[in-house]
Amino acid sequence: MPTYSRANRAVTYALLTLFSLFFLIPIYVMAVTSFKSLDEVTLDRMWELPSALHLSGYGEALKKLAPNLLNSVYLAVPATVISCLLGSLNGYVFAKWKFRGSDILFVCILFGMFIPYQSILIPLIQFMQAIRLYNTIPGLILVHVIYGIPITTLIFRNFYAGIPTELLESAKIDGAGFFGIYRHIFFPLSMTGFVVVGIWQFTSVWNEFLFAVTLTTQKQQPIMVALQNLSGSQVVHWNVQMAGALLAALPTLLVYVFLSRYFVKGLLAGSIKG
Amino acid sequence: MPAAAVEAKPNSQPKTGRNSNIRLRERLAPVLVVLPSIALIGLFVYGFIAWSGYVSLSKWNTLVRNLSFAGLENYRFLFQDFRFQSDLRNTLMFTLLFIATCLAIGLTLALLVHANIRFESLFRNLFIFPMALSFVVTGVAWQWILNPSTGVNLLLRKLGAEDLPAWYTSTTVVPSISLGQIDFGLPVALLAVLIAAVWQLSGFTMAMFIAGLRAINEDIYEAARMDGATERQILRSITLPLLRPVTTSAVIILGHISLKIFDLIYAMTGPGAAFVTDVPGVYMFETTFRGNHYGQGSAIAIIMLLLVSILIVPYLISSMRKEEA
Repeated sequence: MPTYSRANRAVTYALLTLFSLFFLIPIYVMAVTSFKSLDEVTLDRMWELPSALHLSGYGEALKKLAPNLLNSVYLAVPATVISCLLGSLNGYVFAKWKFRGSDILFVCILFGMFIPYQSILIPLIQFMQAIRLYNTIPGLILVHVIYGIPITTLIFRNFYAGIPTELLESAKIDGAGFFGIYRHIFFPLSMTGFVVVGIWQFTSVWNEFLFAVTLTTQKQQPIMVALQNLSGSQVVHWNVQMAGALLAALPTLLVYVFLSRYFVKGLLAGSIKG
Repeated sequence: MPAAAVEAKPNSQPKTGRNSNIRLRERLAPVLVVLPSIALIGLFVYGFIAWSGYVSLSKWNTLVRNLSFAGLENYRFLFQDFRFQSDLRNTLMFTLLFIATCLAIGLTLALLVHANIRFESLFRNLFIFPMALSFVVTGVAWQWILNPSTGVNLLLRKLGAEDLPAWYTSTTVVPSISLGQIDFGLPVALLAVLIAAVWQLSGFTMAMFIAGLRAINEDIYEAARMDGATERQILRSITLPLLRPVTTSAVIILGHISLKIFDLIYAMTGPGAAFVTDVPGVYMFETTFRGNHYGQGSAIAIIMLLLVSILIVPYLISSMRKEEA
């Protein structure tokens, strides 16, 4: 740890404070605006605090966005759970049960994490229409589970790589099989892995926009699409829009506040070993 | 492939019929478990990419599906298209600036936060939280903050500034070198999008650098200090070189995010006047789903894929090699 002189420290704290202001600006603006009444939301008073806590913005945002918020819950929760289970089993195999060609296959799977989804979008829409899952929440769940396979497999694989192979070998000698070892040893040891992957998947599915906007219409739309439509509409009520944005951001913000340690772990794991 | 030979087969057991049955089952189980995922990725990633590639070579540019072969017609159209040329310029400029700014701010923040300060975790958490937000939310918020008639400009006006920046409504390109139909240079409007994108991702870059800093052995610093090295020398000749692998990873991650960027720009500015904030992702979306030009949309998508692949494939191959070694 470098030791700094007093002057250096002062500069450090000054810089940190400046950066903090920059990072807080959008939150301040959104929060302040969302609590204003309609006639208080004017261009020249945008930085001022609201005269009182007006909740009309939230009322209207909720009225407009509640169905979409629910859609996002129905989408993100199952997609997260299925992603975790699938990723955990895949990661278990790619970390501890390598077979001929498994490393090449793993890299081929990883590639799916980096592709621009535009490059599979048109066939995907045709396919979803063909299997009658176009414009349905189960269809979106399927899509998120499939395109989540690379990242969930990667995080679990790296997680399981840290569990000593001797554990597996001694269980084998005791006669435990592939599934037995998973169920009695690896699964119970993976709670951290599940939390990390769970947060990662929940956040990405909740925040995702491209699949949501191209695979669903109107009633089926998840929250981010509805929020975007709200700001694209003719009459812009900034207080409603900012209240809507905060409502849409609330679930992932809460996850972040309470589980930031795991959130960061997930982020770093998602970037192929920091 | 050497690593594939790591198959565990203890040969001590006698090969009775029952035992080899169990052994076979045990060897098949892992393959069967990953088989569905491999099949799904095979179809949904590789199969669909192939299908997109095929569509990009077709005449399907109307609502009615027409998959007859058009050769490279869609690609030829795009490379002659003013909008697509602007997109390529914008993507290039945005990606370079985005990576450079995120690395600079990320590294600065990491060094500041790592310097044994008070409230370390508070600052760290504050800088990372934008990552938890959706690009749509970020776009909506910054669209207002950088709105030329209010937001930051309001503060600037109060401070007495007269020439207020037009932010994302500016159509200026600097230095504006005429190149074919477009002006080559940095569209000033992109800076507004850049601010929002950097706000969202520099904290993540910081987290990567902090992880890298933590991995450096303290003894090296001690030794350097014993030898009388100044803090500046230590930073330049020890810390920064040791952070190089992390920097590479960060460039790959930030670069692929930037080349694919869509939601932030779609929510914040759209294509912009004279396409100063347009990117391939936005163009692909609009031409495909508003204009029903599926062939052209696919061609844009394939070009995006190629751009990302140039960045990603060497990285994946080298990290695979490292793992095998």
